[in-house]
Amino acid sequence: MSHVPHPRPCGDFRTTYSDDTSLFRTKVEGYAVYLGIFALLFAPLVFNDFYISQMILIGIYAIAALGLNVLVGFTGQISLGHSAFFGFGAFASAWLNNTTGIPVFICIPLAGLMTTAIGMIFGIPAARLKGLYLAIATLASQFILQDFFSRADWFSGGAYGSAAEVVNFLGIDLDTDQKYFYLVLFWVVVSFLAVSNLRRSRDGRALVAVRDHYLSAEIMGINLTRYRIMSFGVSSFFAGLGGALYAHYLQYVSVEGFTILLSIQFLAMIIIGGLGSVSGSLLGAIFILLLPQFMEEIASSAAVVFEGIEQSKAYIKEMSVGAVIILFLIFEPEGLIHRWRLIRASWKLYPFSH
Amino acid sequence: MVQSGDMLLEANGINLRFGGIRALTDVSFSVRKGEVFSIIGPNGAGKTSMLNCISGRYKPQEGEIIYRGKNLIGRSINDRAAMGIGRTFQNLALFSHMSVLDNIMVGRHHLLKNNFFTGMLYWIGGARKEELSHRRDVEDIIDFLEIQHVRNEPAGTLSYGLRKRVELARAIAINPDLILLDEPMAGMNLEEKEDMARYILDLNEELGVTVVMIEHDMGVVMDISNRVMVLDFGKKIAEGLPDEVMENEHVKHAYLGEEDDLLHDEEAEAVAL
Repeated sequence: MSHVPHPRPCGDFRTTYSDDTSLFRTKVEGYAVYLGIFALLFAPLVFNDFYISQMILIGIYAIAALGLNVLVGFTGQISLGHSAFFGFGAFASAWLNNTTGIPVFICIPLAGLMTTAIGMIFGIPAARLKGLYLAIATLASQFILQDFFSRADWFSGGAYGSAAEVVNFLGIDLDTDQKYFYLVLFWVVVSFLAVSNLRRSRDGRALVAVRDHYLSAEIMGINLTRYRIMSFGVSSFFAGLGGALYAHYLQYVSVEGFTILLSIQFLAMIIIGGLGSVSGSLLGAIFILLLPQFMEEIASSAAVVFEGIEQSKAYIKEMSVGAVIILFLIFEPEGLIHRWRLIRASWKLYPFSH
Repeated sequence: MVQSGDMLLEANGINLRFGGIRALTDVSFSVRKGEVFSIIGPNGAGKTSMLNCISGRYKPQEGEIIYRGKNLIGRSINDRAAMGIGRTFQNLALFSHMSVLDNIMVGRHHLLKNNFFTGMLYWIGGARKEELSHRRDVEDIIDFLEIQHVRNEPAGTLSYGLRKRVELARAIAINPDLILLDEPMAGMNLEEKEDMARYILDLNEELGVTVVMIEHDMGVVMDISNRVMVLDFGKKIAEGLPDEVMENEHVKHAYLGEEDDLLHDEEAEAVAL
């Protein structure tokens, strides 16, 4: 990544090492995040169902994208099978709840753990393969798991799919979007905190070291095989967690949703958000989820003016989504988070920003 | 000069072949605890191959490398950090997108105990406390190598000389007893070379680290080494004190070519004229 200056405001003296390792670059940034989370607590009271459901989906996809960012952004491995792990988490949570009767609230993280195990098994090729070869190996995991979902009736209900119970938390059924929103918000905050913490502790650094220069990482005492596979494990945990949240949100899981298209969407989210950036995963999820809707609005408005395109509105929408992504990659290959850093640096350095 | 007979590292009869190419032929040497030991030789002589055998990148077909009574051959590369062997590379091998601080913190990897789980919890389970206490040690290393001003910069944006210094800092962070330096001064200007030589001596004298170094700059080698080994075409041709090695006929031969032939050629030329 190209270097962006990050000047600190006057008076932001860091006198302890713990200040210097804080999660936020400035105190104001920290307050803004706390305030943002606090404000989100009131979102269900303010916004209507449509907006809340969009926010829930963004949260769920952001958790899964965050997982993929650990794998691709931190460790520099690639996975084309992320949606299969997302799907596995969804089925696992429903299956666990339906067969054992463990409360759904607990099944969701347990499904994450089950997906971790599956992810680590499918991550074993990473011990040997890199780059495009690994991409093809993970593609295999996508198809194997997809096939498993459609055939393993005992686990996934096969072609019929399986029903996922409503989440019940301390006697309250989270059966409306407004209530479910809080569950998703909780897991989003927990996941993003966990990965931010990982990034500033031993094993997160080791993952990035493996990405940047695996030969010298090994000399530093990092077991490459172990970390490459663990990276798949951590990544799959968040995929599974997101999948489980998705299952109990729709209260129904079926195999059709977890195709390679979704895997590619997850990749698009982290590339557009910013590879290796924790907050970039959220920005990317927002972008990828809202862009088609935004484009649909534009296409519809355009159709009012130019009546001739009424018939082909749908194509125009899809094409413009593609075009925006291509343009985005050309002009901002390092993601939304990079753009944000540039904007911030230019504020701070004004009038001497370049 | 340290003259205790205490051997830290002993290589016996190392043979390394790549197919038909003999990279190292029957090389034996030993490094005493606390000395600066240099390996010199022309390009392609097998110096880096020798270092790679010690650090585990290459596995010699024959011979053994004894480090503190344990044979290193067959042990995995990542075990060596915990055994106290650090190294730097000839071509820069920093984690270029990480900050200088993080680069050096990676060196503490085998000393830190927190894992994925406790790392994610951070505040609970002691990861934070541990990270901060190691941060203090890393700051000492940063002080030692005088790189305070760049500690938050991404390593990839630094100048060549500074990057070399960060790489040394990262190797020191391992807390090594033995450090392998592969051309620490290549491509540096005179001032940077002097600085680096001073750091290596300080490292050796103050921190008591044994140094095995490959270097082409003869001035530096002769000034700071306790002993020198010369390799040529994968064979050891001399070993001893710097002055002895410089006077050795084989070494002159390897570095200056066929002296006698040169003389003959000159005579022939003189006759022709």
